[in-house]
Amino acid sequence: MLFRILGKEKFRSLIEVILESNEIIAPKRVGSNASGEPIHQFLPIDAFDEMDLDYRTTEYSAKTYFLPYRENLCSFNLDDGDWQQEISYRIQPRAIIGLRAYDINALLKLDKVFIRNKFPSPYYVSRRENTFIVGLDHDPLEDEFSQSMGTDIVTHGFDLFLTDLGDRYFVAIASDRGFNLLNRVEVREVTDDDTNTYKEVRRRILAGFKTKINVHNLPNLLDLEFTSEVWEKWGKKCLSCGSCAMVCPTCYCYGVNEEVSMDFSKATRVKQLHSCNLLDFAEVAGGHNFRPDQQTRLKYRYYHQHRGFVEDYDEPKCVGCNRCGRVCLAGISPAAVIKDLYEENL
Amino acid sequence: MCALINAYDVRQESEMLQPLDFNRRLRLKQVAKVFKAEISNVIRLTEMEKLFHLRIVDDTDRERFTFLPGQFVMVEVPGYGEVPISISSSTSNKGFIELCIRRAGTVTGALHRARRGAMVGIRGPFGTHFPLKRMKGRSVILVAGGLGLAPLRAPIFHVTENRSDFQDIHILYGTKSPEQLLFDYQYEAWRRIDDVNIQIIVEEPNEAWTGPVGMITKLLDDVKVDPSETFAIVCGPPVMFKFVCQRLSKMGIPMDRMFVSLERRMHCGMGKCCRCNVGSTYTCTDGPVFDYWSVINLKEAI
Repeated sequence: MLFRILGKEKFRSLIEVILESNEIIAPKRVGSNASGEPIHQFLPIDAFDEMDLDYRTTEYSAKTYFLPYRENLCSFNLDDGDWQQEISYRIQPRAIIGLRAYDINALLKLDKVFIRNKFPSPYYVSRRENTFIVGLDHDPLEDEFSQSMGTDIVTHGFDLFLTDLGDRYFVAIASDRGFNLLNRVEVREVTDDDTNTYKEVRRRILAGFKTKINVHNLPNLLDLEFTSEVWEKWGKKCLSCGSCAMVCPTCYCYGVNEEVSMDFSKATRVKQLHSCNLLDFAEVAGGHNFRPDQQTRLKYRYYHQHRGFVEDYDEPKCVGCNRCGRVCLAGISPAAVIKDLYEENL
Repeated sequence: MCALINAYDVRQESEMLQPLDFNRRLRLKQVAKVFKAEISNVIRLTEMEKLFHLRIVDDTDRERFTFLPGQFVMVEVPGYGEVPISISSSTSNKGFIELCIRRAGTVTGALHRARRGAMVGIRGPFGTHFPLKRMKGRSVILVAGGLGLAPLRAPIFHVTENRSDFQDIHILYGTKSPEQLLFDYQYEAWRRIDDVNIQIIVEEPNEAWTGPVGMITKLLDDVKVDPSETFAIVCGPPVMFKFVCQRLSKMGIPMDRMFVSLERRMHCGMGKCCRCNVGSTYTCTDGPVFDYWSVINLKEAI
């Protein structure tokens, strides 16, 4: 990996240069919560000052720019008993600024499902290739457990990754397009002093992790605790609203429906993200539901996160951002559920 | 002005321009593209089920389309949606495929109303298949319950068309009532094939019924095989294949020589949407055909 030092004012001109010709998505303050703390989301910006790089977290992940909540897969032009299929992909390039290491690790996990799998998705490939990613290091949140999930560090899957050294950024460069773009502005080589400051910052970040969860042997534990009372305890609270999956940076389950235009001339196949906590998720033709109660569905979500995904890709699906724990109306947090599983006495 | 970040056009990737073949592993392909197919024939089977013959319209696509017994296709009815349907025809049949479809929801309802000549779409084939090559030289027990005969029909065609490749062949089929029996016009043809034991049973007979009455497992009482030389294929509702497989286990057939076909809702067919997940396993790409050992290791499969 190549590293460079980028002055903060140079970073500003870099963003302004990109903005002249490309769309930029960045953390933007959209409001405040009940306690007056700012709420941020990844949204398109028109000027450098619209983004807030001091953001703590975003309510939603940036997943929607890769797996939109709703996406038209194709359409059928209906004509007198016959039809023609039309397929289109999004090919407009854009940049996303300020993704956290866990969010980039989340994309790497999605890459495994949507690129490095038996049926790579051209929809995802197109969006991924057309997105220039600038990551940004951060001091961990109180409830975040990305370090336990091994996603607090990222070494690929982005173009540039910045660590704030006060008056300058320490930049990791992971692609040639990142290298070329960076050379549009003045950068300099890394000195020993920069490296020392960088190491210091990384030590501070590491010391900042307050929430740690034990994931040792979790896949086997989940199989052992399949009928555990833990699922009933947490399942009872679950409202089956699906919010956790919506904010999750790696939840990718979906449903496909077809919509017909008012004049019956066109049908569109629409993909919409779903959630395994929703009632109809595992319902099959004829009305049988394989997961009729909320505790089975909640359990299934943990299974996919920490066992199923491990089986397929040798790593859990969860990145430990705790967005699901924060958004849950019933107060279900993954750290607490997993802790319960470990502590339950048979 | 030239954009700083260059656009990447996925449509220009060489793999995207190659002829579409779902059974070929490629870095990229037009996964949403359907083969346009004409409903060339409709055969009424029961009140609830019809057999559809689908012929891919494009000559080249039709000639290239191949599948293995046990695989399924996604059937698209533009304006209604897409459903997974197992292929019921013989793999030696090149002109059209046969799909046995029960009227159960929006898409299958539309199909049941569709007339001969209507244009639908198919994507696929998808999924795993019954390993008939492994079964060569052995005896095969094929057991179906209810609609399970639909996925079982492709392997039945295979073993009957290649009769000399196998030792004993037992076809056992059961439904609730005689009215629900599928493909009743074919039993006689199968029965006349050299050394094929075909037995049909119903749970609730009507006055005209003269055959055996009871659960499907009852038919296994009269099946005598050498368990070390026998494979089994079981298709039907989960409770049925559970009892049948337990019974076959007792007869001494190893679990990795019994194959079942699972059924789940699917929205993609390609291991993405997660709707068909059983535990963590994708029914669409890891299945629908599983050996019984894999099935008992799947939480909530039965």
